[in-house]
Amino acid sequence: MFLRNLGLLINATMTYTPPLLLAALGSCFSERSGVINIGIEGMMTIGAFVGASMALTCGNPWIAFLVGGLAGALFGLLHAIACVSCQADQTISGTAINFLAPGLAVFMSKAIYDGSSDTPAIDISMKLPKVFDGIFPVGSFWNNVLSNYSVAYLSLILVAVIWFVFYKTKFGMRLRAVGEAPEACDTLGINVYRIRYICVILSGFLSGLGGAYITLATVNQFRPIIVVGQGFMAIAAVIFGKFKPQGALLACLLFGFCNGVKVLATSSNAVSPNLISMIPYIVTILALVLFVGTARVPAANGKPFQKAK
Amino acid sequence: MSNTKDKSTNSFGTKVLQGNLLYTLISIAVGFIVGAILLQVAGISAGAAYGKLITGVFGKPKFIVWSIVYASPIILTGLSVAFSFQTGVFNIGAEGQYVVGTLAACVVGVFLKVPAIIHIPLCLIAAALAGGLWSMIVAVLKVKRGINEVLSFIMFNWIAYYLSNYAVNIPALHTDGNSEATKDIMDTAKMMITNESLQEVMGSGASYNILVAILAAVVIAFILNRTTLGYKLKAVGFNRHAAEYGGINSNREILTAMSISGALAGMGGACQLMGMGMRISQFSAQESFGFQGITVALIGSTNPIGCIFAGLFYGAMKYGGTKLSLVNAPSEIVNIIMGTIIFFIAISHVFKRLLLSRAGKKEAKGEGGTK
Repeated sequence: MFLRNLGLLINATMTYTPPLLLAALGSCFSERSGVINIGIEGMMTIGAFVGASMALTCGNPWIAFLVGGLAGALFGLLHAIACVSCQADQTISGTAINFLAPGLAVFMSKAIYDGSSDTPAIDISMKLPKVFDGIFPVGSFWNNVLSNYSVAYLSLILVAVIWFVFYKTKFGMRLRAVGEAPEACDTLGINVYRIRYICVILSGFLSGLGGAYITLATVNQFRPIIVVGQGFMAIAAVIFGKFKPQGALLACLLFGFCNGVKVLATSSNAVSPNLISMIPYIVTILALVLFVGTARVPAANGKPFQKAK
Repeated sequence: MSNTKDKSTNSFGTKVLQGNLLYTLISIAVGFIVGAILLQVAGISAGAAYGKLITGVFGKPKFIVWSIVYASPIILTGLSVAFSFQTGVFNIGAEGQYVVGTLAACVVGVFLKVPAIIHIPLCLIAAALAGGLWSMIVAVLKVKRGINEVLSFIMFNWIAYYLSNYAVNIPALHTDGNSEATKDIMDTAKMMITNESLQEVMGSGASYNILVAILAAVVIAFILNRTTLGYKLKAVGFNRHAAEYGGINSNREILTAMSISGALAGMGGACQLMGMGMRISQFSAQESFGFQGITVALIGSTNPIGCIFAGLFYGAMKYGGTKLSLVNAPSEIVNIIMGTIIFFIAISHVFKRLLLSRAGKKEAKGEGGTK
């Protein structure tokens, strides 16, 4: 019994971590390059809608997943135009995107699906596939532990890839440098604007993927409140993980675990679901209070950079 | 003579170019244009939708009254955000403070049996305390542990959201009827206009909660511009290090500012409850009064009096938006318009720089010509 419950918990963690993790990896890019992106929540929402809508139109979950990411990237571009080219207040631009993107998602849903703010449910065959499905008997420990959505594994691999990019490539070194001392980088001939553009658009793309995962795997339908603060939790995970991809992974696993506990505990109906729903948010705060101590924020984070003329 | 007149119009022109109002108005115009394009793309007549918006707000006196009733809580959350901006803090947690404020006012409004003259202030005070406390926790985390307030505010928004949903289902507070809501607050706690002849003109929804909002705006304007506290708060917002060098304890000022900011948002919740809602219903999504407050603060250029007008604008848009379904236009277009407006306000300084430098060049050219 214990083993079975443990298996279920691991399964729930693996199911609820990927959207957080993808968005958090995106946030890593943006924050390390010196641009605060609190529009991630909105970018996830538009990704979730476009993902669901594409799956309904074209029937291929992987295309839908990618297009969901592109929709997020589009808003990443918007954020970059405001924050990098126009030196806007990054928090305000992010807030604008949190109005625009979800508004647009629901607007399009109503325009396309006869005034309904929810999309129709996606057929199971159009959902993102699971790997190791059917190898172990249903309900067994190993089935619970290993039979996860392919994107869950993909996002784990992505952490390693992004770690490599951050610390072992020239681009990674530059993007970290741009977030610390853009003026110095500029003097050395590094194109600060271009690196920041790439990073912010990437953060939108990864957030969009995270949102699309929600509609294409866990929920199989778009609803206006589908993201419920996960974008912000992803930002928390990045701060908690000290702005490192590997740190963000650990934080996301913790939050994903909390989300999993929430879903499992809500279905058992023992405690008020509303109280259980608070757990991830309270854990986030506690995690920040107890463990983070002094997270060193990239020095140029949030400061607009204007190239000297 | 003509020369001096020229100069005065010129300086008026540059004044307009240097102020924020022009750019806010341009941003609002752009917001409506973007909205219109989207509506047309979606196959909905923008003319019909905007026409409905206008007649929906100004068509009858009671519509205007409704818009004002809608505006009151948003003015207060807007003031809350604007006040925090003045001290260099971004109160994105007005949403949560609003929710706990509503909850506190609801508890006092349902359980206390006192005459209206005491009941209404008590509800407002309870809401202000709850909102202030909710925000102060975040402030303490920021000041003592250096935790980014934007983040903890957002977490506290969600905690407040589920707290409210939990409270709605507590048997003592839950309505005896079937709906997923609390009991109605006592009549003595309602801020409704009960005079029948006035109701005939203004409709049955007429409330005087706008008075609380206007009073709060005036008080906040006074604090910011005429008191030592306001001076200190603005000094911290302008340059924290310089303020500390000048002997201001910036941590204490931030605590004070965030608490006051939270109290304002909490009062916004009370205004909504006592002037419009009368009960708290189970949330299925965030009510967004706090986020709307951010828009109001930005449109009002973080000026308390500006927030009144910006709030009235938002209230009208929100009330008018509820009628858009009559012409089959999604009410989300309001969010899109508002998002576009914030976006353009965020980048407006680019236009400002552009226009100012052009005006400067023109001036130089003009002077050169007369010489």
